[in-house]
Amino acid sequence: MSIFSYLLPKKQSSASVAKERLQIIVARERSTRGGPDYLPQLQEELLQVVRKYVPVDQDAVNIQLDRESGCEILELNITLPEEAAQ
Amino acid sequence: MTKIVVVTSGKGGVGKTTTSAALATGLALRGFKTTVIDFDVGLRNLDLIMGCERRVVYDLVNVINGDANIKQAVIKDKKVDNLFILPASQTRDKDALSQEGVEGVFRALREDMEMDYIICDSPAGIEKGALMAAYFADEAVVVTNPEVSSVRDSDRMIGILASKTRHAEEGKGDIPARLLLTRYSPERVEKGEMLSVEDVQEILAIELLGVIPESQAVLNASNAGSPVILDTDSDAGQAYSDAVARFLGDQLPHRFTTSNKKGLFGRLFGG
Ligand SMILES: Nc1ncnc2c1ncn2[C@@H]1O[C@H](COP(=O)(O)OP(=O)(O)O)[C@@H](O)[C@H]1O
Ligand SMILES: [Mg+2]
Repeated sequence: MSIFSYLLPKKQSSASVAKERLQIIVARERSTRGGPDYLPQLQEELLQVVRKYVPVDQDAVNIQLDRESGCEILELNITLPEEAAQ
Repeated sequence: MTKIVVVTSGKGGVGKTTTSAALATGLALRGFKTTVIDFDVGLRNLDLIMGCERRVVYDLVNVINGDANIKQAVIKDKKVDNLFILPASQTRDKDALSQEGVEGVFRALREDMEMDYIICDSPAGIEKGALMAAYFADEAVVVTNPEVSSVRDSDRMIGILASKTRHAEEGKGDIPARLLLTRYSPERVEKGEMLSVEDVQEILAIELLGVIPESQAVLNASNAGSPVILDTDSDAGQAYSDAVARFLGDQLPHRFTTSNKKGLFGRLFGG
């Protein structure tokens, strides 16, 4: 082990890695929960379409279904990579 | 009023059966007439944990099919008064459980046997068997291990409980669901190797019913066929007793969540 490893920031504990990963996946699964059964597939197909034009991550497309006073709102969020936005 | 409680998790092997046995026994010890039902059709196991495997004559599916009535089918526990076991069938027929059939069993336990509590030991998964165990529940205990796949599956199960129970379908809202974190190892949490109770609570965002430590006593209990809650000297037994008290509304501090082998830092600064 080199002397530099003491200067580097301390490695994150495996539990905190687990927590972060869980927070992301759980938030994602909750966003399509209770919605119509086609939502996950819609999300997947939208991702395919976006990828035809921009290389984006698996979780770049975010779908959220909200109900407001008898009206359903489908909210779509697509996060583009920084280079593409410029 | 008979209360129906489902012990569920999504993931298998996390401690549902161990918990169902402990919770049912704990409620019976406090004088509540309680039946614990094994919903794991095809994989009967609760009978072994309860130590009544040699007295099984009829099972859940027999009652549904009318081969036996409820009083013939339930097994009266030999160690604890007020405690009854209804074993799972060993059939491989996936459709053996019908909603009407299960409702009939609950009705018989309520009307013919005047149960205070019915504890439903759910099978793993989020398929028909698990849905059937949860459908009529008034309350849920979500059993989770401090490990990523178990927490994720529990979150999915909490979502299912919020939409796929009779309560939810009738527009009565979510049933109360409380978290039981089992196989917890404070030493490993303190080393940063295991999700802490706070982490899991933060992610799942439901009330904490209890924390059951990883314990040799659980294996000893299953070897002997005696629910671990009866091992009153053991950590797991005491943790389950506390959980039963909280289940009934007592406010108790959580125990067994920190290691007693503290390092120098812990000894200097620990509480
Ligand atoms: N607190 C615990 N400490 C140690 N082992 C445990 C604990 N809880 C459960 N186990 C073990 O884990 C295994 C699975 O438990 P079980 O209750 O059958 O889970 P499930 O019903 O969810 O499949 C069993 O071998 C059991 O002895
Ligand atoms: Mg089980």
